[in-house]
Amino acid sequence: MGLDADASRTRMAVDTATVKRIAGLARIAITDEEAGRIAPELDNIMGWIEQLGEVDTSAVAPMTAVIPNMLRLRDDVVTDGGVREAVLANAPQAEHGFFAVPKVIE
Amino acid sequence: MTDLTDLTVAGLRDGFRAGDFTAREAAEAFNTAVAGAKALNAFIVETPEHALAAADAADAARAAGEAPKPLAGVPIGMKDLFATKGVQTTAASHILEGFTPTYESTVSQKLWDAGAGMLGKLNLDQFAMGSSNETSFFGNVISPWRRKDGGNAALTPGGSSGGSASAIAARLCPAATGTDTGGSIRQPAAFVGISGIKPTYGRCSRWGTVAFASSLDQAGPMARDVTDCAIMLEAMSGFDPKDATSLDLPVPAWEAGLSPDMTGKRIGIPKEYRVDGMPAEIEALWQQGIEWMRDAGAEIVEVSLPHTKYALPAYYIVAPAEASSNLARYDGVRFGQRELPEGANLQDMYAATRAAGFGDEVKRRILIGTYVLSAGFYDAYYTQAQKVRTLIAQDFEKAWAVCDLLLTPTAPSAAFALGEKQADPLAMYLNDVFTVPASLAGLPAMSVPGGLDGAGLPLGLQVIGRPLDEQGVLNAGLAIEQRAGFSARAEKWW
Amino acid sequence: MSEYRIHGATGDWEVVIGLEVHAQVTSKAKLFSGAATAFGAEPNTQVSLVDAAMPGMLPVPNRECIRQAVRTGMAIDAAINKWSRFDRKNYFYADLPQGYQISQLYHPLVGEGRIEIALDDKNPDAGTKAIGVERIHVEQDAGKLMHDQHPTRSYVDLNRSGVALMEIVSKPDMRSPAEAGAYVRKLRTILRYVGSCDGNMEEGSMRADVNVSVRKPGDAFGTRTETKNVNSVRFVMQTIEYEAQRQVDVLESGGTIVQETRLFDPDKGVTRSMRSKEDAHDYRYFPDPDLLPLELDDAFLEECRASLPELPDAKRARYEGELGLSPYNAAVLTAEGETARWFEALLDAAGSTVTAKAAANWVISDLFGALNRIGKDIEASPVTPAQGGELLRLIADGTISNTLGKQVFEIMLETGEGAEAIVEARGLKQTSDTGAIEAEIAKVLAANADKVADYRGGKDKLFGFFVGQTMKAMAGKANPGVVNDLLKKALDQ
Repeated sequence: MGLDADASRTRMAVDTATVKRIAGLARIAITDEEAGRIAPELDNIMGWIEQLGEVDTSAVAPMTAVIPNMLRLRDDVVTDGGVREAVLANAPQAEHGFFAVPKVIE
Repeated sequence: MTDLTDLTVAGLRDGFRAGDFTAREAAEAFNTAVAGAKALNAFIVETPEHALAAADAADAARAAGEAPKPLAGVPIGMKDLFATKGVQTTAASHILEGFTPTYESTVSQKLWDAGAGMLGKLNLDQFAMGSSNETSFFGNVISPWRRKDGGNAALTPGGSSGGSASAIAARLCPAATGTDTGGSIRQPAAFVGISGIKPTYGRCSRWGTVAFASSLDQAGPMARDVTDCAIMLEAMSGFDPKDATSLDLPVPAWEAGLSPDMTGKRIGIPKEYRVDGMPAEIEALWQQGIEWMRDAGAEIVEVSLPHTKYALPAYYIVAPAEASSNLARYDGVRFGQRELPEGANLQDMYAATRAAGFGDEVKRRILIGTYVLSAGFYDAYYTQAQKVRTLIAQDFEKAWAVCDLLLTPTAPSAAFALGEKQADPLAMYLNDVFTVPASLAGLPAMSVPGGLDGAGLPLGLQVIGRPLDEQGVLNAGLAIEQRAGFSARAEKWW
Repeated sequence: MSEYRIHGATGDWEVVIGLEVHAQVTSKAKLFSGAATAFGAEPNTQVSLVDAAMPGMLPVPNRECIRQAVRTGMAIDAAINKWSRFDRKNYFYADLPQGYQISQLYHPLVGEGRIEIALDDKNPDAGTKAIGVERIHVEQDAGKLMHDQHPTRSYVDLNRSGVALMEIVSKPDMRSPAEAGAYVRKLRTILRYVGSCDGNMEEGSMRADVNVSVRKPGDAFGTRTETKNVNSVRFVMQTIEYEAQRQVDVLESGGTIVQETRLFDPDKGVTRSMRSKEDAHDYRYFPDPDLLPLELDDAFLEECRASLPELPDAKRARYEGELGLSPYNAAVLTAEGETARWFEALLDAAGSTVTAKAAANWVISDLFGALNRIGKDIEASPVTPAQGGELLRLIADGTISNTLGKQVFEIMLETGEGAEAIVEARGLKQTSDTGAIEAEIAKVLAANADKVADYRGGKDKLFGFFVGQTMKAMAGKANPGVVNDLLKKALDQ
């Protein structure tokens, strides 16, 4: 399914509320003022991207491998791990061999 | 003795081997140049001790009569997108400020194994997102070039490998690593009058390189001439079992295979690259390039790549989509900066950390990527873009039936002033119009300097080749290089 | 089996159940990294930089994990997709270092298959039901969060992060807690036969997401809830019982069911809503650009198929058909791969004089009884199949009686000695020495002349009395067959 020519005309504008929802999904804190500034920028970019909808791709497969290549599989051998110091070396907060984060209530 | 910083990679390597100078002398000369060029802001971290250690090892090996390594005696710059063990690696971001990898990227390791030393970590657009090096958390990189018009406007070195470009053009290092996702090696190379090649996707391992867009990211060398690019690329390439997309192929002897003779080669000129508003000087240089190719024995054929105009919008779906996911790991839990406001829960911490840690352009692309992948939009945007990508690759496939290589301008303009395009993200994106199609198709492509525009700024020509035909690309680049005789260099002001 | 119904105020309700079982693939190393998978290691010691999602780290798939998932698919008669892909499922959580889970949404490795369940384990005649399997895909496990170690912090252990899981998604074909329980047990049996998962639910090697909805019989499917990470067969059944009743209560009091994620509380036996997964609906799946499509060749598939063992259903049919075992015994002996393997090793060791029936009866009554008493699994049985075979051979060839056989087995359990050695050393060999037996028979008949007269007068039932007396006189060591023959001769004179 591609965008058809109509889609570009009926496309939903990227508004402040959309930007806030997307920023929430992307876990980027954003103020109303920032969202208000970014919305027209994104809307402009998305409007330009809409031209892709002109292309008839009904008989085209999406690209999977840019250069023909087979997915190699590795052998089931333990070759890694046992490097806790390296794993924790850059942690903002590490205690008792764990990474520490604000308490999560599930 | 000549100024060692004027030597190319080949010149340094050969001079060292001949005993004209020691590796330490060469390293010291470049360390001094780096230390004296703060005004360019090309380096985020300087590592003179690393360069000296590699030089001393080379000198000791030579004294012991050992066969010299391929890059013994050559200090280089490392784009700060490659993880370097024990040396801060930031991708020019705040979120990775202070991040010190416990591991070495495959590409950098290969260079050290080849005997090269590291002068420092080069500045870049944040997470390699940008075409002007204005998105770095560590400040803009300044091009050593200035317009002849007497104005002293600071110019962009291009991006994202702007630090690499600026440092090579200013003779701070003879060569550097770059990465190219949509033109990040070729466009800056063109802007500062140097050469740079993006090899076929899969030639250089992506392991240990901070990811921007996995299906597009490819490392490659930037250097003063084509021969140096060949030497560097040989050292950087090769199969890596740690990267599932790495090509399991031997590395050709590109340097030994260099030949400027284009006899029997058909050079395609894609008509869709004649875009509206392209400066006449660039059109003229392109014509000149065609003449040079003919002079070198090539046959010129006009070809059509009909989906070219859709390459950029497809790229601005695929690259941000992949980036939005690739950058999810920067969350303040395991490494990098953490922002923890009073009373914040885990999800608040993520949002605050990422808001403070990413710059505007990175956020913009994460938002675009998140948007195009979000519920209900996946097929309309991402799937459609990947289908268009197939069509773009097929355009190239068809072209290869009638030609061996393609010749185009590298960028639609010469270097612009810093700040000039910052206000309009879209105008900035359009700068990649000639480089993005080859990236989408994974093809080898290089930029070589062709001449100067009326303002005295370098312009580049791009050669695009078939998959795995880096040799053909390098050879065509060499043919241009020999005919262009490009010897201009930025006058030192820094 | 009668249909399972919730009896509500407005009538009977039918329960519709689908299960997504996450089974940890048996492998030494993780799905995309070379770190170990062993259970119970110190925190963050089985973590590679790939598992910790350090910048620039890349996944490379483990062939064995793919192979085991393919073999599992073959074991449930599923279509194997020679072309599949890994996708990224994007969400933020502290146990998910990459910010996405590598899974398979659009093109799973294994397509549709089926699993036969017994409608009543105790009664083989109750019949079976085929439960459809929608798909099996391969994905990464997440790390573990610990909430009870610090008052204001949670701790993250990534040892499990990146361990390979198979997600086995059933169709909504189950209609009762019992069916769901039977499905999980049968799936576990198959996985253990195949060797693709150890089925250890306590260690989290198998967990189920339980999808439950209710409807009036004949109506369209109702809105379902998904209860996550239920880790025992009993809890799966409890979840369904509770959740179905809860939904009926909500619907009958005029409410509607919200499609949501819930958690099962094993202490209280209830499920509750999990608000922490609020934007779970927008995972932004897309193909993982770090990985190429997974393409399997015929040789790979051939090896997967050739390496499959005889599966439980086929084995049970063979035990009934070829070995002549009762349906019940066949079911019991094939329920676990270990039991079947032990039983078959026993048959081999016992040799042709021992019937499969006799061996099956001995395993189910004597061996199981003993193992039950000493609290050991069949794998840890102190008596080996070879020793058991020796014992059964001695009984079959008449060297010892059944009764003595039980005594010898007890001694074997205690001492670990072989049956023959025990019989030899303790003089337990039964005798067929006709002279000695005839002498004792003569004494018995002489001492019971009145009964001999009664017998000869037509009281046939007394024959057993004479046998017992003779055996007693022989201290149990006489061959019962010989005793029978000689007694008959003596009495019929």
